[in-house]
Amino acid sequence: MTPDFLPPPDSSSRLMLTTPTKTVMVSVIMALMTGIMAQIWHGGPWVLIQCGLAAITALTAEATALILRGRPALPALMDGSAMVTAFLLGLSVPCLAPWWIITLGTLFAILLGKQVYGGLGHNPFNPAMVGYTILLISFPRQMTDWPVGHIPLDAVFRAILQGGENFRPDAVAMATPLDALRTGIFMRQTLPEASWTSAFVQGDGWINLGYLLGGLWLVKRKLADWRIPLSYLGALTGFALIFHWADAARYPDPGFHLLNGATMLGAFFIATDPVSAATTPRGRWIYGAGIGVLVYVIRTWGGYPDGVAFAVLLMNLSAPTLDHFTRPRAYGHSR
Amino acid sequence: MSAGLVGSFPGGLVLEGHKSLSNQTPIRPAGLPARLIFPLRQRNGEDAPLRVSVGDHVLRGSLIAGGTHLMDPPIYASSSGQVMAFEDHDLPHPYGGSNRCVVIETDGQDESLPPLPLMDAETYSPESLLQRIHEAGIVGLGGAAFPTAAKWLKGEAAIHTLIVNGAECEPYITCDDLLLRERADEVLRGTMLLSRCLDCSTILIAVESDMPEAHRALLDTKTALGAQAAAIKIVQVPARYPAGGERQLIPMLTGREVPSGTVPAAIGILCQNVATVAAIYRSVIWGERLDSRIVTVTGDGVKTPQNLEVRLGTPLGFLIEQCGDYVTPDRQIKLGGPMMGHPVTRDTLPVTRSVNTILVTTTVGPTPTPQPCIRCGACVDVCPTRLLPQQLYWHAQARQLQATLDQHLFDCIECGCCDVVCPSHISLVHEFRQAKQTALARQQANERAAHARQRFEARQARKLREQQDRETAAQQRKSSLSQGASPKIQEALERARQKRASRHLPPASEDAS
Repeated sequence: MTPDFLPPPDSSSRLMLTTPTKTVMVSVIMALMTGIMAQIWHGGPWVLIQCGLAAITALTAEATALILRGRPALPALMDGSAMVTAFLLGLSVPCLAPWWIITLGTLFAILLGKQVYGGLGHNPFNPAMVGYTILLISFPRQMTDWPVGHIPLDAVFRAILQGGENFRPDAVAMATPLDALRTGIFMRQTLPEASWTSAFVQGDGWINLGYLLGGLWLVKRKLADWRIPLSYLGALTGFALIFHWADAARYPDPGFHLLNGATMLGAFFIATDPVSAATTPRGRWIYGAGIGVLVYVIRTWGGYPDGVAFAVLLMNLSAPTLDHFTRPRAYGHSR
Repeated sequence: MSAGLVGSFPGGLVLEGHKSLSNQTPIRPAGLPARLIFPLRQRNGEDAPLRVSVGDHVLRGSLIAGGTHLMDPPIYASSSGQVMAFEDHDLPHPYGGSNRCVVIETDGQDESLPPLPLMDAETYSPESLLQRIHEAGIVGLGGAAFPTAAKWLKGEAAIHTLIVNGAECEPYITCDDLLLRERADEVLRGTMLLSRCLDCSTILIAVESDMPEAHRALLDTKTALGAQAAAIKIVQVPARYPAGGERQLIPMLTGREVPSGTVPAAIGILCQNVATVAAIYRSVIWGERLDSRIVTVTGDGVKTPQNLEVRLGTPLGFLIEQCGDYVTPDRQIKLGGPMMGHPVTRDTLPVTRSVNTILVTTTVGPTPTPQPCIRCGACVDVCPTRLLPQQLYWHAQARQLQATLDQHLFDCIECGCCDVVCPSHISLVHEFRQAKQTALARQQANERAAHARQRFEARQARKLREQQDRETAAQQRKSSLSQGASPKIQEALERARQKRASRHLPPASEDAS
């Protein structure tokens, strides 16, 4: 197939105006730090245990899969993509979820979300969201227990190490604002406390601001596409505005949606995963907006309190179609 | 700075120029090498027909090959000497390969033939100018080496806009810059000559904004030439690679895109490199044949980078010696700039009309290993053709030839912007070149197959026809026998029947006979 008279590519003297993939991944993890700090501030440092467990599992799973596939393991481990997946998953599960939750989720993410398709660059879905969704559907109770308040150290370790079906952390698990919203709409009640100010009471507001800050830094450094977060947040804000304007008593203001749940983490760190996103400029606008709309719809009328993971997976599914229909007009072509 | 621009082009990159390495000293004539090498392969892939044999003594200006038609401009000896051999040599071409070359051993006398008959610059016709461009062996000197006369004739539309391209956008290359600084007069007069002949309404000379001296020289010369040069507009374009590609330059200057698969002449625009225009001027006014060109020898791997006036056929190594030799023996040579140039391993290769630059670099670090494409889209943002390099790469890897064609593979100008921004260090252009070659090979195979089928079918039809002809002829013969067309035969048959009857023999059946 390959004509033999073409000289090999010459890259030793070629210019480099790029950030290597590895640096991109390391920067993504660095950008997560402001959000992680906010999460630690409000939920304790236990989130780091989840991230650590996820990282160990991710690297082991990735290496095993690569060895089984007969591929060089080291370069792929060094590209940092498995670490990013592990961190996203570690930050998404409740910080006191039992250890096998995060381990199982990470295994699903790396093996079923990524390696079965051929590894980095070939996965149609965001691996972290594949893992998260499997966990959410399979273990809904463990996945929605977000503890609040002070938790004694021994309780933390009991929760993470022994945690099982009949274990409940000592601290009171409280319904998140998003839970309240869904229940409220479902019960046709008015929401006394669903506004942007309520988000800061439970800490979600600060966490979202943290991720927004890190995300903006990524976008500024051109390591994340700016169109996707902009259209995602734009669509979410737009939908929230319309419904809030129509019935302010039942539909909270846009600020509530922007500052609650996984809005900002999703906008800058999950939706922007280039591998599973649309790749054309116009495609990315539609892709981002689609996620924003789906997040609003799932949060407001769906069966789950937050919808970022489902929204991202659904739009991952449509990315190839978007790419096909939004191909830019090539130079010198009329269409 | 960008006054006079009516449009822009998509993508592109602002690159560090490294121009001052080679543009600080004037153009210097290179010496006469002991051997001159002339590859025979022309741009259309065919070999130029030989016009000399081994042992012939040639003079500067002797025709050694080619000149049969417009796509095969003549190749002239660039000094006097003896034809020593026809040898295979590597070609200075991005697609590599080796091909037959004429080797001339110079005698140091440098005797030349008289120049081509002089033309009266005021009275020539477009046809005579075209003929002269062809006769003088002029091809595009910007690097593509497309035969100038053929380029001009390609479009059906009348040429209304002449663009003289001095926008030298690739890093390191300064041969057009130096030409404009030193010979702006030739370029402007050549432009006037061409525009008068083409009768075009818009005449533009473009330089990049990082060539202020060349721009100044053009403006000064234009002022000196007075009213006759008044129609020529000198435009500065932003120094954003690949602004000097004609498909990028044309939308900036005219607001129009060149339709895919056509040349600018199809929309009434003729784009010529400044050095080509100067060569046309010299061929008309002085009867010069194209047997030399300006070559930039540059890079950190050569001691004194500079621009040389080089005789075609000069081996690269000779020129590098003229520039003080290599800095270290561990070096890499590229013909052309760092973006679109192509590496060569040996310095025995000759300078041809397409070689504008010899870039010598000291080898740097290990080659980064390509990593999987993460679809980041950096390549999409810089592609001046608005392709999706990442998708093209995906399809090329999967050997989905039709999909690559649907993604406009053949519109890729191989500028290399996608290569330098790829975070995974993928050699995209290399993949695209390979895919193009595969596509071309398959197309040729298909054409051959179609041709073979056509021949087979024609042969079958012919055989069928011949058989039918034979059958009808036999039928006719038979029926003519039975119906008895001729009375004499009837008589003979009658006689035979009577004979048989008289001998009491049974009548012979027709089948038995």
